[in-house]
Amino acid sequence: MNMAPQLSWYLALSAVLFTIGVVGVLIKRNVISMFMCIELMLNAVNLTFVAFSSFFRDVSGQLFVFIVMTVAAAEAAVGLGIIIAIFRNRESLDVDDSSVLKL
Amino acid sequence: MAIGCAISMVAQRNPLYSAISLIGVFISLACLYVTLSAPFIAAVQVIVYAGAIMVLVVFVIMLLNVDQAERPPRRLRSLIPIAVGLAAVLFAEAVFIIFFVQASPATPAHNISNVGLTASIGTGLFTGYLLPFEITSILLLMAIVGAMSLARRGGLIQPQANRNETETSNQR
Repeated sequence: MNMAPQLSWYLALSAVLFTIGVVGVLIKRNVISMFMCIELMLNAVNLTFVAFSSFFRDVSGQLFVFIVMTVAAAEAAVGLGIIIAIFRNRESLDVDDSSVLKL
Repeated sequence: MAIGCAISMVAQRNPLYSAISLIGVFISLACLYVTLSAPFIAAVQVIVYAGAIMVLVVFVIMLLNVDQAERPPRRLRSLIPIAVGLAAVLFAEAVFIIFFVQASPATPAHNISNVGLTASIGTGLFTGYLLPFEITSILLLMAIVGAMSLARRGGLIQPQANRNETETSNQR
């Protein structure tokens, strides 16, 4: 019986998650929701890294996952700071209200 | 389960519910990492993503609690046929790739392997990947400074009307 999870399953799941993230970024109008969809895309890429790392018995993939997580944390901090600044200026979280940079 | 939570995340209107769904995605991805023999990455996933980042996101959602805006009328209606065509092309590409990915071999059996343990990750991180590690630390420092200067009241971005009074308050 060949019930062991194959590499392609993980890749397919990662692709589906990434696509859902892209769709979320495209259809959402709330800044925070778009932000979370970006996090979802980063996680999909992480899943691909870990799957290949486990498949090829190479630890480099997991190191890159570590670095990607760090970048995601930094992006979360800076992004949420920007969101707070935008909300303080415009009293809105809709991206269509923030389509221009100047006030 | 991960796919279900992700779809629910996109489908929810309230950002708080979609944040909770995103936590479900993170937890199920951590379980997948364990099955892929990467326990350290799974632990970091739970701590960093489901812990720190989601607490930050939920905190900001609570802080900026705005009533749900009504969906504005649809614009760009003329672009719908082009969008449908592009979606068809994307779907065809996905089907094409799926039929070729089917031929990939199975994951090898997880016998004795130290790949993914904390020790091997630390060894690799401090030998072969020392430069990216240091660059990451500098990036974190920049993120700390940037987030503080952005979220500070009267920071770099401030409304035109309040600028004068904040300047006077800074001088005091």
